[in-house]
Amino acid sequence: MSATQAASDDTLIARIARGDRLAMQVLYGRHHVRVFRFGLRLVRDEQVAEDLISEVFLDVWRQAGKFEGRSAVSTWLLAITRFKALSALRRRKDAELDDEAASAIEDTSDDPEVAVQKKDTSDALRKCLGHLSAEHREIVDLVYYHEKSVEEVAGIIGIPENTVKTRLFYARKKLAELLKAAGIERGWP
Amino acid sequence: MMAASRKIVEQEPSEIELLLPWHAAGTLNARDARKVEEALARDSELARQYAVIREEYAGTIDLNESLGAPSARAMQKLFAAIDAEPAREQGASLKFAARFANFFASISPRTLAWSASLAALVVVLQAAIITGVLMNNRPASYQTASLSMNEPITRDLAAAAPPRALVRFVPDARVGDITALLDKYQASIVDGAKGGMFRLQFANTSMSKDEFSSLLGRLQNEKIVSLAVATP
Repeated sequence: MSATQAASDDTLIARIARGDRLAMQVLYGRHHVRVFRFGLRLVRDEQVAEDLISEVFLDVWRQAGKFEGRSAVSTWLLAITRFKALSALRRRKDAELDDEAASAIEDTSDDPEVAVQKKDTSDALRKCLGHLSAEHREIVDLVYYHEKSVEEVAGIIGIPENTVKTRLFYARKKLAELLKAAGIERGWP
Repeated sequence: MMAASRKIVEQEPSEIELLLPWHAAGTLNARDARKVEEALARDSELARQYAVIREEYAGTIDLNESLGAPSARAMQKLFAAIDAEPAREQGASLKFAARFANFFASISPRTLAWSASLAALVVVLQAAIITGVLMNNRPASYQTASLSMNEPITRDLAAAAPPRALVRFVPDARVGDITALLDKYQASIVDGAKGGMFRLQFANTSMSKDEFSSLLGRLQNEKIVSLAVATP
């Protein structure tokens, strides 16, 4: 995100704090897709993810006056989304967040082995990314897709910066193991 | 060359290895980015790992972009919830600030510029007027109790101030004669004798100007009086 857009986001939040409905529509149009995708990757349910974004932006409407600008608005949105997603998952007793449970979630699409049979490495990569634990998925998404810095990820997840770095490293290691199990060797590790 | 990368099954990753994903995403600060670039240039194993990370980076973007977008239902639900929210309480100062900002926002830049110029002119004129008033009304640094000879002395004789006269008695006037005269004219000595003159004050305060002149004439004709003139 450019510095100009970040500053513009801050302006929108200030207007929202004054009850400006149009500013809310602009902010929603600018961020709702990324918020939806981040939430969907965490809760793995489109219906729940759609409910999530309504809740996230309603929180923004209510809390805009308290936003102090210490982080980018997009980072603030993802932090709220993560909190809402974890709350939604806690409500769903069948969605535990540990690695084993996450790995056990049935994926209706092809498994990694099938993807390998198709000799489509990039497709297999996508499948394996989908099989990471929720904890690993969120950090991979935040760094690669949402382009958040070490400091921003630490703020969103609420962990030390060194833990952010090592967590992503082990997420990548897990991804490599999944790919290797699927017969794809990439030369690392 | 000492490899910056490590076999992760054997030991912990190096700091440079940990930073590679952020380097791929372009979110490192300049100092760290330079350190990573230098390490990549001298370490082929690290460079190979970086190539793998770039594949992961592209794959993650592909995956997220394939997720689509939410339906319009999400937005409808959001704004229905916003419409159902209670009216927002704002502090008086915030509302005033908002009105103030909105007022100036509604004025065109040209109008605003002219208004500002006019306001500045009014301020200057006002300052000049106030300064002039203050200069004219400023009291003197000191005031004398002397009588101004340029102003006429007016006194209402019928008022509380009693009629007075300066009187010089003849040198051989006796005290008894003076006392008798004072009784006759219902007068009393209020000041004297400066330069041989006594200031007399008459008890009859209701005399007209003519009556007082007549009184002075009679007083002047008394044997023991050499001079009698009106005095304040």
